[in-house]
Amino acid sequence: MNIDAIQRGIVLDHISAGRGMDIYRALHLDELSCSVAIIRNVKSPAMGKKDIIKIDEDIDIDLDVLGFLDPGITVNIIEDGVIVEKKHLALPHRLTGILQCRNPRCITVQEKSLQQIFLLKDAERHIYRCYYCDAEQK
Amino acid sequence: MRHLINITDFTPEEIVELLDLGDRMIADPAQWRSSQQGRILATLFFEPSTRTRLSFESAMQSLGGSTLGFATADSSSTTKGESLLDTISTVSCYSDIIAMRHPREGAPVAAALKSRVPVINAGDGGHNHPTQTLTDMMTIRRRKGVLDGLTIGVCGDLKFGRTVHSLLDAMSRCPGNRFVLISPPELRVPSYVTDMLQSRGSRYTEVESMEAAMAQLDVLYMTRVQRERFFNEADYVRLKDTYILTPEKLAGARDDLIVMHPLPRVNEIDTRVDDDPRAVYFEQVRNGRFVRMALIQKMLEDWA
Ligand SMILES: [Zn+2]
Repeated sequence: MNIDAIQRGIVLDHISAGRGMDIYRALHLDELSCSVAIIRNVKSPAMGKKDIIKIDEDIDIDLDVLGFLDPGITVNIIEDGVIVEKKHLALPHRLTGILQCRNPRCITVQEKSLQQIFLLKDAERHIYRCYYCDAEQK
Repeated sequence: MRHLINITDFTPEEIVELLDLGDRMIADPAQWRSSQQGRILATLFFEPSTRTRLSFESAMQSLGGSTLGFATADSSSTTKGESLLDTISTVSCYSDIIAMRHPREGAPVAAALKSRVPVINAGDGGHNHPTQTLTDMMTIRRRKGVLDGLTIGVCGDLKFGRTVHSLLDAMSRCPGNRFVLISPPELRVPSYVTDMLQSRGSRYTEVESMEAAMAQLDVLYMTRVQRERFFNEADYVRLKDTYILTPEKLAGARDDLIVMHPLPRVNEIDTRVDDDPRAVYFEQVRNGRFVRMALIQKMLEDWA
């Protein structure tokens, strides 16, 4: 695979250095059949070092998961070898099925069929609260 | 369709509307005697609380409606492993409104997702108990005439006392209230409560002595200091008497102070205080019935 030239696909740029593998796993990129490259510790003027992931296919990416894990990531959509769209992420307001409530008294501990839902409470401090019991989580 | 899960589900204006209706109901209960005739309130008490359940049932029956439900989880199908959501789906076919108490935090939020009828939270673990707060607010307003500009002392277990957190939440939304938080250092309010007070610009002080705070108070809200909250017996024994209200401690209080307590009390208010005209805790019980009547009426009519 030529990691520099993607014809059609997605480049996740500005991943905090060292988080590349976490992102790879969280997005289940191991389940893809196309080629995927994780490039670690790339020199970056803005970040010092960063990781980059290149995916050789235009797949649907869960931007909520991505925004939650690392809101600084830029998602570049590539077509015919050029960037046609740049998406800047933000912390999502609502996380569904991503965080698990850790409050042992929460109703979600008992009712397994309930979907885990978290709402953004404090964007600056990355604090979410459980939709059911209000317990806070980072 | 509205639910009442947390006291902040209602705006301050809506709370005033509700209290106004409660006052009208107290003034002329006969007028409302059949306003909910033919309607059914389900009281689902997955955790027993006889007082709260009776208050809801009395309220619905005073409006001409009827009630069904269960008083403990062991008489319900949950012991056979039925999920809360299935219970709610079923019961909301049999009733027009649900009041539920559950030991788990957030249970009424989950119930509201499934229910076809309005859900009222009658207590979810140590989390919320909004109808207690409505009762407290009704009592304060009936006695003091206002909900703002008051100096409100809360005393006892401020760390785990959910009625206190909820009351502080509601009363700090009314302008000009000042709070005196009276507790042993071990049982001070959690930081999220003081953060909330600060973010709303409410003035508050944290003190350890009830007597020293007494003279300035318009409202004294007592809660229980429970033995199991202390790491050791010695600390409990040392502190418990400090937070028991006696006629002697009331000596320095204002004549128009009101002494409140969510009940049941154990020993935190000396029974000799009961005859003091400033003691309003049994009045709270009566107000609780009327404010629940107003709530049911509002949720089934104006806010339906
Ligand atoms: Zn939770």
